[in-house]
Amino acid sequence: MSGKPIQTVSQTAGPFVHIGLVTPQAGFEVYENELGGDIALPDIPGQRICVEGAIYDGNDEPVKDAVIEFWQADGEGRFARPNANDGFRGWGRVGVDFETGQWRINTIKPGPVSEAEDTVHAPHICLWIIARGINIGLNTRLYFDDEKEANVSDPLLSIIENPERRATLMASSKAENRYHFNIKLQGDNETVFLDI
Amino acid sequence: MTENVLSGWNRKIQPPAYTPDYKSSRARSPRQPLIKPNFRTSETDGPVFFQGDLGPNDNNLLCNFYHDGDPIGERILVFGRVLDENGKSVPGTLVEIWQANAAGRYRHLSDDYLAPLDPNFGGCGRTLTDEDGNYSFKTIRPGPYPWPNGDNSWRPAHIHISVFGGEFAQRLVSQIYFEGDPLIPLCPIINSVPDRPAINRLVAKLDMDASTPFDCLAYRFDVVLRGPASTLFENRLEGN
Repeated sequence: MSGKPIQTVSQTAGPFVHIGLVTPQAGFEVYENELGGDIALPDIPGQRICVEGAIYDGNDEPVKDAVIEFWQADGEGRFARPNANDGFRGWGRVGVDFETGQWRINTIKPGPVSEAEDTVHAPHICLWIIARGINIGLNTRLYFDDEKEANVSDPLLSIIENPERRATLMASSKAENRYHFNIKLQGDNETVFLDI
Repeated sequence: MTENVLSGWNRKIQPPAYTPDYKSSRARSPRQPLIKPNFRTSETDGPVFFQGDLGPNDNNLLCNFYHDGDPIGERILVFGRVLDENGKSVPGTLVEIWQANAAGRYRHLSDDYLAPLDPNFGGCGRTLTDEDGNYSFKTIRPGPYPWPNGDNSWRPAHIHISVFGGEFAQRLVSQIYFEGDPLIPLCPIINSVPDRPAINRLVAKLDMDASTPFDCLAYRFDVVLRGPASTLFENRLEGN
């Protein structure tokens, strides 16, 4: 290769993405150890929460073949690092339900994340969404609507001027330790996606 | 201590979200502009995987779904290096692939193509890159298959590839194509990429030196992840 390497271009994950990333959902098993089912193992300290929702396209049809990955800090706002291997991976993934487009994760609520001395991010989970028809993976973030004070000073939420757009990043508290978060790929209430 | 800033997606070569010739993108493409944070974000960290997470045959699709024999098809080695835009190797990163069998049929509940399943072929593999960023998979060459985009649309033979990198923002999925496939220029998914040289880099090249005589041919496919655009902190030190 001559000159500076140039970034590889993205291609859609296609409708059969489950084979590679969540094999049992495709209808068979290859790996002894499936990856992505354990964002936070049961012995990880923190507030156990369940987040669920659905994903919809521009015609309000459920997107039934999507895979979503999650990346989050632990209850004290720390991301998993190579040498902090205490069972907290902070990463997981799910294939949405083939019939309904619904998804659900069980995890711990992340703590506020200090990025720099004077920058604190409100508790949030990073999402990456791939599916048939998505040419390049979509990044977004999920915040919690019961963290009002922290959300007000969050640097990402602060640069989204339109409150209706900001609201698309809020998981709503449905019951104790249960949140709901819908993703809309296009159209009314389109989720805010990030260029990171 | 250095603080790296990841270079952005090069939108001149990356596919846009909305590519109407690829019909599925029409209703699944955001229409609002992406929001670009102007600060260091959580996505500059990423998950770490360990050798213990994987099994010994996870990267050998010739035997990782063994039932009663070898899979049917052309035995190939697909290999390459994961590096970043500065040419730096990306070691220890998870690479996952999935593909159709030699007849162009996926082992998937939703694939109803009339071509047969292969009882000895699952169609997925995964591995960690070595210390120099190298990965390899043994597999069979997938077949092309029809898909419901136009009246008579066929995907060129391809292997899907997923790569993590060190940062969640580097997360990439793409597709590996094969040198000489006449279906490549006809494919609207490939043509979602607006840059001809970038398309050519999605085509794995036959590498006779890496082939194994009387066993398998080899195809090379390197993956270049977005890399540190600059090393701000170091630059600052130099300026001091």
